[in-house]
Amino acid sequence: MPLRHRQPEADPPPVEQPSLETSIADSGPKDPAAEMIGSAEPLAIGVMEPAAADTADSAVPLAGAGRIRLGDRIFRALTAGSGAFVVALIVLVAIFLITRAAPVVGQDKASFLFSRGFEVSVAPLRFGVADLLWVTAISSLIALALAVPVAIGIALFITQYAPASLRRPTAYVIDLLAAVPSIVYGIWGIYVLAPRLEVVQRALYHLGWIPLFKDKGVATGSIFDAGVVLAVMILPIITAIAREVFERTPRGHVEAAWALGATRWEMIRMAVLPYGRSGVVSGAMLGLGRALGETIAVMLILSKPSNTAPFSFSIFDGGQTFASLIGLNMQEANGKTETGAYIAAGLVLFVLTFVVNAAARAVVARHREYA
Amino acid sequence: MRDAPMTTYAPTLAKSLSTGRGVRLRKAKSGLAAVLVTGSFAVALVPLVWLLWTVISKGLHAVTRDGWFTASQRNKTYTDPGGGALHAIIGTAEQVALCSAISVPIALLVAIYLVEYGRGALARVTTFMVDILTGIPSIVAALFIYAVFIGTLGQSKAGWLVSLALVLLMIPVIVRTAEEMLRLVPNELREASYALGVPKWRTVLRVVLPTALAGIVTGVILGIARVAGETAPLLVLGTYTPNRNSDLFHGPQGTLPSFINDQTVNASSHGTYQLGADGKPHLVHNFAVDRLWGAALTLIVIVMLLNLIGRLVGRFQKISD
Repeated sequence: MPLRHRQPEADPPPVEQPSLETSIADSGPKDPAAEMIGSAEPLAIGVMEPAAADTADSAVPLAGAGRIRLGDRIFRALTAGSGAFVVALIVLVAIFLITRAAPVVGQDKASFLFSRGFEVSVAPLRFGVADLLWVTAISSLIALALAVPVAIGIALFITQYAPASLRRPTAYVIDLLAAVPSIVYGIWGIYVLAPRLEVVQRALYHLGWIPLFKDKGVATGSIFDAGVVLAVMILPIITAIAREVFERTPRGHVEAAWALGATRWEMIRMAVLPYGRSGVVSGAMLGLGRALGETIAVMLILSKPSNTAPFSFSIFDGGQTFASLIGLNMQEANGKTETGAYIAAGLVLFVLTFVVNAAARAVVARHREYA
Repeated sequence: MRDAPMTTYAPTLAKSLSTGRGVRLRKAKSGLAAVLVTGSFAVALVPLVWLLWTVISKGLHAVTRDGWFTASQRNKTYTDPGGGALHAIIGTAEQVALCSAISVPIALLVAIYLVEYGRGALARVTTFMVDILTGIPSIVAALFIYAVFIGTLGQSKAGWLVSLALVLLMIPVIVRTAEEMLRLVPNELREASYALGVPKWRTVLRVVLPTALAGIVTGVILGIARVAGETAPLLVLGTYTPNRNSDLFHGPQGTLPSFINDQTVNASSHGTYQLGADGKPHLVHNFAVDRLWGAALTLIVIVMLLNLIGRLVGRFQKISD
């Protein structure tokens, strides 16, 4: 929009505007920018698309204009190149993981996706990821089951219950949970939390007739312990997203609920929760993505069962996730076959988190269209 | 579609409004919900306070001892007292510095592209890929760098490879924050600059970036805080040494997370017996435990300070939404 037209309606800051005016007046007809403004054309310099810029270039042949456009062209190429670099990075990740993993998976003597046991140094080589898949999934699901309700509660507390002056500090305190490095969660989890959780674990042994709660003789370092620590780690992620969507609940919905005589909880159920549902879902999925890929905390906490241990569904058993297996063994891995096997496991993890994250973003994107 | 729950819920509500018992029940429900919601916040505070208390109470002893910030762990086993974290602090600082030097320019250019130029397919794909990069597990980033530089190019493990893996984790943090901040810069500023005949690239560098500077610095600091505590790339791409090594490109290098990880190997034993001067075995304190928590305290203080500084800088933002 031409600046001159705006002047009468909006009182501009007195310092800036005159200088703008004089500089336009000074440069007069020599300046292509001033000319365009004078003819009340939409202010399109630099904002226009490259094709349009090129035609303008030929239409207004002015000394020095080429040089300016060259700078713009370089800058644009530089920024677009960086964008393309990020895209290429992800593609390269996929390509390199696949090229390293594919020949090794070919040597696998068992079904890669559906068999158990990960044997990379002693023949016959077996890279079954079924166990890893199970432990990774169940520990992350435990984390989700524990974290999502609490995260919704905190987000509601911050947006609906806490007094306005407390909102920022409260949100900051929760964000502090995200600032703790995962290795610190790991040592706290195994040395401090896990011994205390043993009581809970023993209590749940009474439900041992459910395979999920079977006593496997792992007092500390069970999948359950890892799940609890993961829950704490993903709590701030889910809370942040839930908080954001709850804050955006349309004022009209909230007031309509109040007008119907709803209690605060009824207002939340009628207006806030239905509106924020997709946000909570996508937050939970982002949290899931984080939990699936967590390495060091899970690696320090989980106790490693022997390679020959029979498979169990119990969450009170030890085990390994994709990330903890790689973190634990990659240090000493040698040779193409061995490293390739771990990279193959990493590839499965990459695909898993990619799908979960992409789905989460899709949910957010759909939500934005409605909002 | 969003209105559906309201219209279906309203008649039930109107019915229950008419009876006194219903009102009491509804109020009780609401009260219970308030208790649960407030309780959930308290539940989240428990691990935070517990963890911080554990790290401070167990780690303060080691950190306040002489030499923690001036000595390395050279020739120290878990039965030897003393030694410090200098080797690890140097390693972490160098690796994070190299990572920032690579990430910050790229991330800023990406953010500028998305805000100032980003229309069309490439911008959409870039936004999506930045999102994916946000969610990429650090171990996968490390495996990627391993596959490229060690597997394909035949390099050996060193600190700079860890930095490269951290770049993948740092870029999305900075892009997200910087993008948000650049979008807050009012269009009038850009238009005023164009009107003066200033080319677009100079407008971006001289007008838009300075206006959003505080917010961008926040993003960079938060990015540093994000990668400083990363351990997974160190497991794959780095090797730990208790000795001081300030060479990013050769030899093993200790960092704070790998220092902690190294101490966990001995930390679970309750000490060891050694023959004393009197010829009898004495229980020797396990110093690995002290160092473990000392290093954890050092790391957590650095990361939280960075977070705090980042947020404080953000307050100096000239523009806000």
